[in-house]
This record gives sequence, C-alpha cells and structure tokens, in this order.
Amino acid sequence: MEVSAGRSLGHRLHAGDAVAYSITMVAAGSILLVTVLLVYYLWVGSEITRHKFGFGFITSQVWDPVAEQYGALPFIFGTVATAGLALLISVPLGVGAAIFLAELAPRRLSSSMTFLIELLAAVPSVIYGLLGIFLLIPALQSYVVPALKAVFGWLPIFAGPFYGVSIFSAGIVLSIMTVPFIVSVSREVLLVVPTDQREASLSLGATTWETTWKVVLPYARRGIYGSIFLALARALGETMAVTMVIGNTPKLQSSLLAPGHTIAAAIASEFAEATSDTYLQALTELGLVLFALTIILNGLAQLLILTTGSRVKA
Amino acid sequence: MTLMRWRKSLNAVMLTLTGLCTVLVASVLFVILGYLAWNGASHLSWNFFTKLPAPVGEMGGGMANAIVGSAKMLLVAVSIGVPIGFLAGIYLSEYGHGPFPFVVRYATDLMNGVPSIVIGIFAWAIVVRPVHHFSTLAGGVALGVMMIPIALRTTDEFLHNVPNSLREGAMALGASKARTVFTVVVPAAKDGIMSGMMLDLARVAGETAPLLFTALGNRFWSRGWLEPTASLPVMIYTYAIGAYEDWHQQAWAAGFVLLSLVLVVNIVARTIMARASARLRH
Repeated sequence: MEVSAGRSLGHRLHAGDAVAYSITMVAAGSILLVTVLLVYYLWVGSEITRHKFGFGFITSQVWDPVAEQYGALPFIFGTVATAGLALLISVPLGVGAAIFLAELAPRRLSSSMTFLIELLAAVPSVIYGLLGIFLLIPALQSYVVPALKAVFGWLPIFAGPFYGVSIFSAGIVLSIMTVPFIVSVSREVLLVVPTDQREASLSLGATTWETTWKVVLPYARRGIYGSIFLALARALGETMAVTMVIGNTPKLQSSLLAPGHTIAAAIASEFAEATSDTYLQALTELGLVLFALTIILNGLAQLLILTTGSRVKA
Repeated sequence: MTLMRWRKSLNAVMLTLTGLCTVLVASVLFVILGYLAWNGASHLSWNFFTKLPAPVGEMGGGMANAIVGSAKMLLVAVSIGVPIGFLAGIYLSEYGHGPFPFVVRYATDLMNGVPSIVIGIFAWAIVVRPVHHFSTLAGGVALGVMMIPIALRTTDEFLHNVPNSLREGAMALGASKARTVFTVVVPAAKDGIMSGMMLDLARVAGETAPLLFTALGNRFWSRGWLEPTASLPVMIYTYAIGAYEDWHQQAWAAGFVLLSLVLVVNIVARTIMARASARLRH
C-alpha cells in the first residue's frame, strides 16, 4: 500500500518533470526555428535578384528602381565609410575613457561614470537622429566644417559643398552611438588584467602610463579588439540615426561632405514604398548582405572577447 | 634627468587625456537630456497625450494614437518575447547539456547581433506579405523577435548565479526537479530576471526601423490588431524629417516623452539588478 502510494507519487513528480522539460525545450527549439526561418526568408526572398544580377549586385553602382537596375555598391560604400569614420573617432575616445575608468578612477566614481555611459547605449536611435538633424548638423555647418575645410580643404575627402546631410554627419552620429559599447567592454577586459602584471611593471620603475600602455593594454589587446568589432557590427546595422542625417542619395562620391546612403538606411527608406517584386527582392538582398556582414563581425568579436577571458583564467 | 622629466610629463598628459575622454563621453548624455528637456518639455501639453494628430498643414493636435499604438505593439512583443526567452533560459540553465543547448546559445548570440532592420524584413515576410497589409500585429512580432535573445540571456545568467546549495536543499526535501526549478530557483532569481525583462522592453520601445514597413503608421486610431498603426518612435522620425516647424516641435515633445520613459525604466531596472546580483553573490 505504502509502496504503491510512494510509486504513484514518484510517478506524478516524474511526469511533471517531463512536462517542464519538454515545454522549456520547445521554447529553446523555437529560437532555433526563428533563426533558421530568418535566414530562409532572406535567402528565398532575394532569389530573383540573386540569379539575375549575381555578383554584379555587389559590384555595380547603378541603383535605379525605375529601370530595374540594382547595384548595391553605393550602399556598401556608404556603410563602410560611415562605420569607418565612426570608429576612427570612437575607438581612441572609448579606449581612453575605459583606461581612466579601469586604471585611475576611484571605484565609486568609476562605477557611477560607467552607469552614465551605459545609459547612452539605451537612448533610442531615433533620438540620436533627432539631435543629429537639429543640433549636430547646424553645429557642423557653422563651426566644424568651415574649420576642417580651412585646414584640410585640399584633400579630396573634404572637397565640395556641405549641405548638412552627409556621410560625415552620419559618421559623427555613429561615433557617439558606438562609444558606450567600446567603453563598457574595454573597461571590463581591463579590469580582469591581473594586478601582479601592473605591480611588476611599476616596481621596475615604469610610470602609470607606461604600465598601462606597455603592459595592461597588450595583455587585454584581444578583448579590446573584440569591443571594437562589436561596435563596428552595431555601426553597420544602425539605421534610423543614419537615415535621418545621411541624405539618402545612392551615388558614389569621394567627398565625405557629400550626401550618401547605407544598406540599412536604404531598406528603411525604400522598403515600404517598393512596388515591384524585383524591387522588394533587391532590398531583401541588401538585408542578406547586411546580415552576413554583421554575423561575421559579431562572431569574431565573441571569439576575441572569450579568448581574453580564458587566457586570464589559465 | 631630462628623460625622467619627459616620462613624468608624458604620464601626466596621457592620464589627463583619458580623464578628458571620460568627461567628454559622459557629458554627451547630459547634452542629450538637457537639449531634449529644453526643446521638448516646453511643447508638451495635455493635447499631446489626448488628441489625434492634426490634419497635415494645420497646427496643434497630439499623438494619443501613437502612444496607444506603441503600447499595443509592446504588449504583443512582451507576450512573444518574454515567455519564449524565459522558458528557453530555464532550459539552458537547468536542463541544458550536450550539443543542442550549445546550438541554441549560438543561435541566440546570432539573433542578438542581427540588425533590427533585418528583423523588420523577417516580420514583414511572415506577417505582412501573406495578408497583404501592414498591422499592429506585424510590428509587435518584429519587436517580440527582437526581445527573445536578451530575455533568454538574462534568465540564463541569473539562474546560473543561484547557488547550487538551494537546488540541493530542495531536492533533499524530496522536491522533483521541475518543482525545484519553479518554486525555489526561479523565485531566488526573480528580481534579476524581471529587471532584465524591463531593460529588454525599454530597448525595443525605442525601436523604429523594423516598424517602418510592418506597422507603417496611421494618422487616426487603429482598431484591433490588424490595421496599420502609429507609434511614438515612427512619429518622431516622420515629424523630424517633415517640413513644418510645428511638426518639429511635436517631434521634440515626443522624443522627450520617449527618452524619459526609457531612461527611467533603465535606471530603476539597473538599480534592482545590481542589488539582486549582489545578494545572490552572498
């Protein structure tokens, strides 16, 4: 009697286990399903243009929906140029701030400053766009660009008139948006550098800066590269802030002060208005290109950040 | 001796520069907040929360429909993203061994890195294209898919931090695994998980890009779940790039409301989270 009651109780419990196990596993499996479907729809949704244009899609610079000619080069160029410009500014700024927060600042100051900087990452991208249009562009127009032109005006990248909306403006906005990622990840990898390393260097007579530059930074190198890749992936995929300040002009131009376009901005500004099937397919293929780019970068970033961690543990 | 002086001054200069970098980066937040408060708060009025947008070209009006539209889409998003992310997080933390969890983790990281605009294409393909019209539902699905990776990660992480002695204690008292997980482990990590979900919600609340061609926009009320709908972020975008001065002012007001909400949720959730992880560590 008692034994059978015990067994049925055990049986009930076991049944509950099985239910919980299967429900949670189905949820986990559905993530896999979503991922597979995402890739599937991007691939199938761009079938016509992939077959029609082949590699020409990436290398052609004519984007003319009316003539059904789709070449993504201006968008790819704009995406790379804005992201590159953004990193040129945000990497030194971000790594500098991370060094201060990890190596110099007292603990309390460091954590409250980090909190503030991480809040920057929470600001919606459309807000950055809003400030880009009404605060940054006027400031660039009246102060920054005239000064740049006076000094570097002879360079082709600063040639031509500046109307406000430009690759340059988009790059600046992106640099502000990517800085928080660099600061927060770099600070974390700097904090896991063992104190022995610093002490050894200091005891040999090195200054704090020399210790940071020659010992701590090389030790945390991979993790910092990881944070840069992460920021790059964010910059490539960033849509709203860019589309609001870049001018949405699909033309290849050598000047950074000229308006341009990016992959993400093109999808955002044209998808809802795309009427023909080929047009939608071309935009979906742009999405596929962007997807592939960000996946590769994110993978590399994860790998770099992880290997820093494992090295510290070893 | 001059070498020593050179090294010392280089040290001072570089360290000061790193401090300046920090001040510069942190001050951006205050510039954003100050500028939005300055321009936005002055244009906030009761009408903003209660009225429909005025017909194009007329002054006044509000964004009541956009506020409701955003709320409805977030409701759809939460009911997709939170259960899937939460349950899958439990699976990974409590049941996950072998190659399948590894693949799921990998897929989650991958999804987390996918730009929001690409998620928009996905939601368009599965919800908008089959029925041939834009809808609240499609926008909600896009935001929901975006919520899954973070919901999963926070659940996984906070459950992982629950000390094993709690699990062992429950099982020693005869609780089954499922009972242990749902009545002991999950409650212990409750604060952390809930604040993580709040952060996740705040993140998608400001998303604009995937809504442009899933929810589209609407200058009137959107009834039910299958009509195009306005949303606060898309209104900010449309009004900011519009040609009217009145629109710009409303964009400022909307931006101020959106940013205040997002920041308040962030500050509250992060404070709870920091406290929760400190408690679990003890």
